[in-house]
Amino acid sequence: MRGLAFDIAHFLAGGMVLVSFMLLYQDRVYALLNIFALHALVLALAVGWQAHTQEAPHLYITAAVALIFKAIVIPVVLRRIVQQLGIHRTLEVVGGVGRDMLAGTGLVALSILVMLPVTQGADPLAREDLAFALAVVLLGLLLMVNRHNAISLVIGFMSLENGLILAAAGARGMPLAVEISVAFSILIALIVIGVFLFRIRERFDSVDMQAMDAFREGRRK
Amino acid sequence: MSLPLLLILLMILLAVGGYGIAAARQPGGSRRVYGATLVICVILLLLALARLLAGQGVQTLILPFGLPWLGAYFQLDALSAFFLVVVNLGGAIASLFALGYGQHERSPERVLPFFPAFLAGMNLVLVAGDAFSFLFAWEFMSISSWALVMAHHQESANARAGYLYLVMAFFGTLTLLLAFGLLAGADGGYTFGAMRAHVVSPGLAALVLVLALLGAGSKAGVVPLHVWLPLAHPAAPSHVSALMSGVMTKVAVYGFIRIVFDLLGEPVAWWWGGVVLALGGVTALLGVLYALMQHDLKRLLAYHTVENIGIIFIGLGLALAFQANLMYASAALALTAALFHVLNHSLFKSLLFLGSGAVLTATGERDMEHLGGLIRPMPWTALAFLIGAAASSALPPLNGFVSEWLTFQAILISPERPQWMLKFLVPAVGALLALSAALAATCFVKAFGITFLGRPRSPVAAQARETDLYSLTAMFILAGLCLLAGILPGLVVDGLSAAVGQLNGSALLPVQRSQPWLTLVPVTDVKSTYNGLLMLLFIGVSGFTAAWLIHRLASGRVRRGPAWDCGFPEPSPMTQYTAGSFAQPIRRVFGSILFQARERVVMPPPGDLRPARLEVEIHDPIWERGYVPVVNAVVAVSSRFNYLQYLTIRRYLGLVFGALVVLLLGMVLWR
Repeated sequence: MRGLAFDIAHFLAGGMVLVSFMLLYQDRVYALLNIFALHALVLALAVGWQAHTQEAPHLYITAAVALIFKAIVIPVVLRRIVQQLGIHRTLEVVGGVGRDMLAGTGLVALSILVMLPVTQGADPLAREDLAFALAVVLLGLLLMVNRHNAISLVIGFMSLENGLILAAAGARGMPLAVEISVAFSILIALIVIGVFLFRIRERFDSVDMQAMDAFREGRRK
Repeated sequence: MSLPLLLILLMILLAVGGYGIAAARQPGGSRRVYGATLVICVILLLLALARLLAGQGVQTLILPFGLPWLGAYFQLDALSAFFLVVVNLGGAIASLFALGYGQHERSPERVLPFFPAFLAGMNLVLVAGDAFSFLFAWEFMSISSWALVMAHHQESANARAGYLYLVMAFFGTLTLLLAFGLLAGADGGYTFGAMRAHVVSPGLAALVLVLALLGAGSKAGVVPLHVWLPLAHPAAPSHVSALMSGVMTKVAVYGFIRIVFDLLGEPVAWWWGGVVLALGGVTALLGVLYALMQHDLKRLLAYHTVENIGIIFIGLGLALAFQANLMYASAALALTAALFHVLNHSLFKSLLFLGSGAVLTATGERDMEHLGGLIRPMPWTALAFLIGAAASSALPPLNGFVSEWLTFQAILISPERPQWMLKFLVPAVGALLALSAALAATCFVKAFGITFLGRPRSPVAAQARETDLYSLTAMFILAGLCLLAGILPGLVVDGLSAAVGQLNGSALLPVQRSQPWLTLVPVTDVKSTYNGLLMLLFIGVSGFTAAWLIHRLASGRVRRGPAWDCGFPEPSPMTQYTAGSFAQPIRRVFGSILFQARERVVMPPPGDLRPARLEVEIHDPIWERGYVPVVNAVVAVSSRFNYLQYLTIRRYLGLVFGALVVLLLGMVLWR
């Protein structure tokens, strides 16, 4: 049973990394949103499984929060925003899928190299989880760095945060308050970002970050 | 049970600071605030005196606030008690002075809340018992005094002084933080008790010494870290200047003594003492030379503080060198000299700053070139200032002489030391000390003579009025203490013995109380002794005899003769000796190399009716060579990286991402 529990947790955490890779090369907005919902769903499953194996009922709440907010509410809201902004047809230029995949692979390798020696002696389940969580965080950052579209930035940020939740769930004895507060801060971030998206769009007629750069104040001497 | 009472009093002092916010708007509010600080300081002074005379022993108290799970440690021992005496004596006198002086304050709301807080901060530093409360109190003291420096921030010079002060104060706290970190070691025992027990390796101990010198030295005004002091001390209102110069620098000295003599344990190498000694010598000489070049009365006093800090550090350096050679009797002498000078300097420097405050209220002028002749409208202020000036010029029978004499005694017994470097260094420092003592006398002849003697150089000086009774009382209490400590030095030395013994493995000077005729006997009575009473008697008798003889033998007849103008060919006060002309010989001897002082006569072209002018150009080598390059480097680097302020969002994210990846890579590779 121990071996099976470990394998399932490993499988779900690895699944999150895989879905993060899928996020990297999506160039259509709706597809990106769908994949993100999948990402959150896998997160909810992973956290739920952790709750089961650690016998920590409060993690079920975390899983429920992830499922309801991350997998349903946020994608739906973002989808509506995209419709209202009328950018659902825009294609985003994702420079070089191969390059991104290679960089992502490097990041995963890096996070495993960092985490496994550091956590020597800890619970093997937590070790694997932490390594995967760091990989998800790094992939989320890579997504944010690579994209121009504000929506993609938001998705990158949210997936990064999913990685944090995964790490928090993997560590035994993390109080629920941390996860709840992180989840609510994400909701607030969503609201703020939504408002800003509309403001940006009003001002610049675009949510492409490159368009905004043109309006920036020049470099001062 | 004096420590809890002391802390309660400090809380009340802070509350008085809070009341000061409201009191600033009420008529008579400043009287109430200063009255309250006066009463509290007197009680604290009595408590501290009782504790000091009770001898050695540590009283500790742990309060459940501060860092979580650690609490705040407080302690009271003989060393703290001595410095508490110095702080609260200065605080009480400054409050008494401010009862009168504070009435002239233009913006009391900028002074009243911070004055009690400043006093409380200084007291807290002295009773702190762990690194956190020490640094907290230290910063509290720095920031509240910064607020007082900025009280008259409308003048751009004051704002600049405040900025420089803040930068230097943060620098000092940073180095102290590092010093405490090294003392605490890897286990993180941040209480003073744990630090005493923790043995630091010799290399790290030397680093702690350097950091303590930088941190406490920057607060005390050790050259070359003194640059903020002559700007910030005069910028504050005068009673605060007296506190900053007379008292706060002593708190910095306390910090140095606490870290180096107490927490660090026995000095390992003789060169520790050598470093401190050399720094002290340089500080003493440069401080007084800078002071001589100043024509601003308060700034002159501030530079003179730098000199006295040098004298104190000479004593401390000697004590370190003696302790490293296990010569504890000599170390006791050097430590006593240093602590005695701490007390003396706090007395006469407070007196002089209060005197300059009285002059400032009476005339609104700090520039000596616009003063003169004040002895006639302000005879009592002049007398008090004269006593302070004589004390700081180390003239017997006043207190300044005794501590400098003790320092010289410590220097003179140095040939017994084994290291040849010290054998050269100590006499050299002795020569520096002698030179700076002589130059200090010159400096105060100038300060007193130009300010109080001669004829008024400006209308404001001519219309000056004597200052109020509170201020005069404060000044004369200090003057009386200067005289008392000078003629009864044995009692002071006995009072210091508990603090000295605590730092010095219980080795002490001979007990002075039992010496016949209150004679001061530092080593043995065959070597050298000093009797203040005898000196007072001799000076009094010879002075009165000379006066009597002159009056007796000189003819009282009125004689008429040809007019010879006694150096005043014109009735204009412009023809008098000025501060600049008084300092000119010294400027020519020392200044041409050290300050690159250049004098130029500017002759107007023929036909121009303007007078010829003598222009003097003086450079500050420490500022120009030491600080300006650092400032330029900081400006250059920050303007080089200014473009980082104007990147795109993706670039910023990329920077964060890149930094994270690089750090993680470093972690992987470093393992």
